[in-house]
Order: sequence, then structure tokens, then C-alpha cells
Amino acid sequence: MGRTLAEKVWDDHVVRRADGEPDLLFIDLHLLHEVTSPQAFDGLRQAGRPVRRLDLTIATEDHNTPTLDIDKPIADPVSRAQLETLRKNCAEFGVRLHPLGDVEQGVVHVVGPQLGLTQPGTTVVCGDSHTSTHGAFGALAFGIGTSQVEHVLATQTLPLARPRTMAITVEGELPDSVTAKDLILAIIARIGTGGGQGYILEYRGSAIEKLSMEARMTICNMSIEAGARAGMIAPDETTFAYLRGRDHAPEGEEWDAAVEYWRTLRTDEDAVFDAEVVIDGTALAPFVTWGTNPGQGAPLSAAVPDPASYEDASERHAAEKALEYMGLTAGQPLREINVDTVFVGSCTNGRIEDLRNVASIMGGRKVADGVRMLVVPGSVRVALQAVEEGLDKVFTAAGAEWRHAGCSMCLGMNPDQLAPGERSASTSNRNFEGRQGKGGRTHLVSPQVAAATAVLGHLASPADLSDARTPAGV
Amino acid sequence: MEAFTAHTGRAVPLRRSNVDTDQIIPAHWLKKVTRDGFEDGLFEAWRKDGDFVLNRPERKGASVLVAGPDFGTGSSREHAVWALQNFGFKTVISSRFADIFRGNSLKNGLLTVVLDQQVVDRLWELTEADPTAEVTVDLEKRQVLSDGITADFELDENARWRLLNGLDDISLTLQNEADIATYEAARPSHKPRTIDA
Repeated sequence: MGRTLAEKVWDDHVVRRADGEPDLLFIDLHLLHEVTSPQAFDGLRQAGRPVRRLDLTIATEDHNTPTLDIDKPIADPVSRAQLETLRKNCAEFGVRLHPLGDVEQGVVHVVGPQLGLTQPGTTVVCGDSHTSTHGAFGALAFGIGTSQVEHVLATQTLPLARPRTMAITVEGELPDSVTAKDLILAIIARIGTGGGQGYILEYRGSAIEKLSMEARMTICNMSIEAGARAGMIAPDETTFAYLRGRDHAPEGEEWDAAVEYWRTLRTDEDAVFDAEVVIDGTALAPFVTWGTNPGQGAPLSAAVPDPASYEDASERHAAEKALEYMGLTAGQPLREINVDTVFVGSCTNGRIEDLRNVASIMGGRKVADGVRMLVVPGSVRVALQAVEEGLDKVFTAAGAEWRHAGCSMCLGMNPDQLAPGERSASTSNRNFEGRQGKGGRTHLVSPQVAAATAVLGHLASPADLSDARTPAGV
Repeated sequence: MEAFTAHTGRAVPLRRSNVDTDQIIPAHWLKKVTRDGFEDGLFEAWRKDGDFVLNRPERKGASVLVAGPDFGTGSSREHAVWALQNFGFKTVISSRFADIFRGNSLKNGLLTVVLDQQVVDRLWELTEADPTAEVTVDLEKRQVLSDGITADFELDENARWRLLNGLDDISLTLQNEADIATYEAARPSHKPRTIDA
């Protein structure tokens, strides 16, 4: 019987297989950041163990880093201490580090792909659940806890039970107004926050094949919000074109050998998935969340749902709690929800294509009165590219704040936070209670919806903007 | 890791589904670089409400958390497990756990037990009606016991063996160091490297 993409990559990394034991998998790339690594390095020190494969390990700083005044000492002493701990640990153990201020610094899931380190058929781990992002390249990539970070540092392997596989097939052409973010939010609303649990997802079908690498990363990034540790997309010419010439991409004969292998990384026609979900891409529309988990979403044209409409008692209770926290009432049209803040950035939507999409809408327009808009590039390289294209000028001319690279308001570990009761439209990945700041209320949206929302002051799509463009020069 | 064989204690019934790790331990606590001292951050936002179940005097000293479905979703932060342990929880019962949280819990000796929602409902009713009711989680017998409730649970044999013996995963893996070296020697040369080794 044929094998799925996930099974092929898994099988190629089995170091040891024995009855009654999890498989021992080899890890090709280990990404580190400041938040989930300190206790792991401590463990190594206590046991007197070295890092086994420094050449497969790389670190950057992202979660805690400020996005303003990065040349000044970090004001929060606890954040500063955590960054200093990473620097000390990397120096002591010999790990390559891109700290704040370095040209390769940025959100770890933006940095890996842009360096060309994320490649098809590799296993990628990081102490961060959004490691699923790298699956866009046909890599098997998943988030791990700190104990596993220590395990990978010490052994370059992980003992893991083999997950089941789920195909998510998106057929048909996506309407022009529908982005990768709308698609993944719709998928999560369909299968639920636990729907992918225990599975590796494979996104496939004609709509997926047409997507750019940036869009594929947005999709795979949010696999974890459907409960799946990993999501994958088979590598193709789009993948190879993205990788060619990047710093760590293979060259010459190595490139040819790599591509020959990468071309084998497709689910066989006679392979069987453990579960399959089919989505009609043509029926999708811009999608936003109204609740406090990423599965609580609806098309922008819909209204806030009535909790009483849920048959399942626990879902009904969750919806009641969510509406209470979000300060919304059932039946309220989503388009009439006003926001205070718009956040563009994160490992979900902080890449250059995302910024271009936002700039194309913001050009010649203004951020609505009373709305604060933050644009935070995913990495220093993304920021430099945006500046080269003049996108930063578009943002600042519109009245948005153009910041330095980092995770920023996605999780508010740095000073970029919502105040209690403040409401945001955010291109990030989680609308959990308090995620963007204590008492903050988050609506997850695409970059395009974020831009239109910033201009109009309420949740909106670019189609709502037809008359809103300020004449050039005004 | 401390071994887990069986534990008996009073329970905290947490009637909420989709308890994500941002609720278990908010992000600003993640700046700490140790594995301890997270107890005050556990469910920090909800504990501001004096009526929140964890704040009730009759729940003081309880060590078994009985939670709604999809417990531990979201971020991979192992701090969520440390916070539960630092607070005094030895075991968490739910009808469904998020994968990464479950993996993290078992690596730290916090036993996560999956029971049918009907059994969780009965445990909620029992421990809400009688806060002094004790719940026993017996890993050797793979059983949860309380007044009038006996429920078997499953846990894969390898994870159970490691928990019962408090075994350190890294030491176990390094017993197979030769297999790792063999695999490394055969890796294709086109695979990426972060530095020249």
C-alpha cells in the first residue's frame, strides 16, 4: 500500500523502532528562542551533557523583544534577564544565535524559512507550538515542550508515537477576496479546536497547489489551532523556486540530489488517510473570529451567533462565556463591531507578502480616528525588504506605527499589549482570553481584513472600502 | 522525574472546556528561567474572581484537577505543567487533552488521565456536592476511584512504565547512542546545516 507524505518523512527519520516503544526520530533542525530554552540548558548543565549537533541548531530572540527603541537597554528587567540567559547559554554551549539587533533576528518561524534552513522532507522542532508553520515546505515540523527541547539538544532525537494522518482537501478556486487566513480560519471552525488532535494534517487539492509559500505557511502555522501538532503541504515547483539561492539551500549537485528526493515527497495515489475532510474553496468568504478560541469564527457577513443555537452543552457554555468576555451580543452583525487596535504581524501573517497586501489597501487611505494600528514585520529581513519597497512609508503616511521585528502583540510578552476591554483586529493566531493583554479582546483576521478594518474602524473587508480612498496628495 | 504509582486527594471541579495554556499560565510569567515559582500565576486571570473554584476555602490543599474537554490547548509552554505542579496538583482528569500539553505533563510526572465525559460529569457532581470527597488515581491498576465511581483509563504501556519508575527519557535514549550514530553517518549531504561542522 502507498504511503502519505507524512508517513514518508516519518519513515525516513526513524533511528530506532522496537515493539511497545515509541519510534526514535532523528531531528534535522532545532530552532531555539529565549522563552522555552533556559530550563533545558540548565538540565544539560546539571547532567554535564553537551549539545550533540550544534550544526543542526540555531537560536534567535523574538517573544520578549521590544519593537521600539531596540538600541536602548530593555526596560523590563525580567525580559532582559531572559534574553541575557539565552545569550549566555548560546555562548557557553556554542549555539549560533541571532540576537536583537542582528540582521537575521526575527520571529523564529519567519527566520528558518527565509534562511533556507527549512527544507522539504526534514524534521523541524522548536519549543513553540507554531513550529507547524514549516510544514508548508513538506517538512514534518511540530512544537515541543522544554523537556523535549533538552532531549533534542542532548540527543538530536525524540521518542514519539506515530500520529494518524488526516487529509484536508480544498477543491476549486478560492474567490479573489479569500486569503489563506480566511481558509484556515474556516477549516478550524469546521473541524474544531480539537478536530486535528492526534493527527498530522496534509492540506491538498487544487486550491492549495495554487498558493504561494507565504500563504502555505499561514495555513500550516494554524494547524495547531485545530489541535494538530503538524500540518504539511507537498513540495512542488513553488517550493523549489522559493528555496533556490537562499543562504542554506543546497547548491550545484547537492541541489539536484535534493530536488530529486523532494520530488518523491508526495502522497501516493493508493495511500489511505485515517480521516479526510473536503472543503469547497469556491464557497468561502472573508472569515473572522467572534469568540475566545480560534474555532469560534464565522464569515464576516454573518452575525454573532446565539449560544442557544448550539446543541452541545459544553459548546453552548463556551459560547456564552466567550460572548461575555468579548462584550458582544448574539445577533450583532460582525461588520458593526468597532475596534480600538489593529495588529499586523506574527508568525502567521508577518511575512513580506502580508505586508505588501496590507500596503496595497492602505495606500492613499488613513487609519480611522481613534484606531491604533501597529505593523510589526516578522523579521529584520522582512523589514528591510519592506523599506526597500517603500511599504513603511505607506504605513506611516496612513497613520500606522511601523515597528521593529518580533512576536510583539501576538502574545504581549513585550510592552505591545491591549489595555483591559480594548478590542483588536489581529492577523495573529490566538484569540484566547487575555492573550494580547489582560482583559483584551481579539478578533483574528486576514491582513486584508485588518487593513480595511483599520481604515473604517469596524470589522470590514477591502470590498467595503470602495468609496473610502482619500484622493492622492490629500 | 518523580515516580507516579497512585495518588489520593481532594478534587477541584473545573467546569470549563478549551482551557488553553494562556489561561493556565499567562505569557508574562514565561519570562522566568526556572521550573519553580509559577504557583501564583496558575489561572491568574480567573483567580481574581473570589468565587473562582480554586479560591474557595474548601478546595485548599486539593490535588486532583477535574477539567472539561480539550484541556491544555494552544501554546507548547511546559510552564503550564510546572504551574499546576507548583500549585500542588498531582494529576489532571479530562475527557480530552491537547497533544503537546499531554506530552509535557507525562514527561514531568503530572499524570493526565482521559475518562469519558460521562464519568467526568459524575466526578464534577460528586466533588461539587461534597468537597471533602477524595479521588484516587491508581496508575498501577489504571483506575480512577471515588465514592461510587470506578473507572478504568488507558495509557500506553511505555509511558506508564516510565512514569511508574520515574525514568529520565534522555538517559533511556542515550542507551541507543549507537543507533543514533549509525543514522547520522548515513544522512544525505544535502540536508541543511546551521554552521560548518
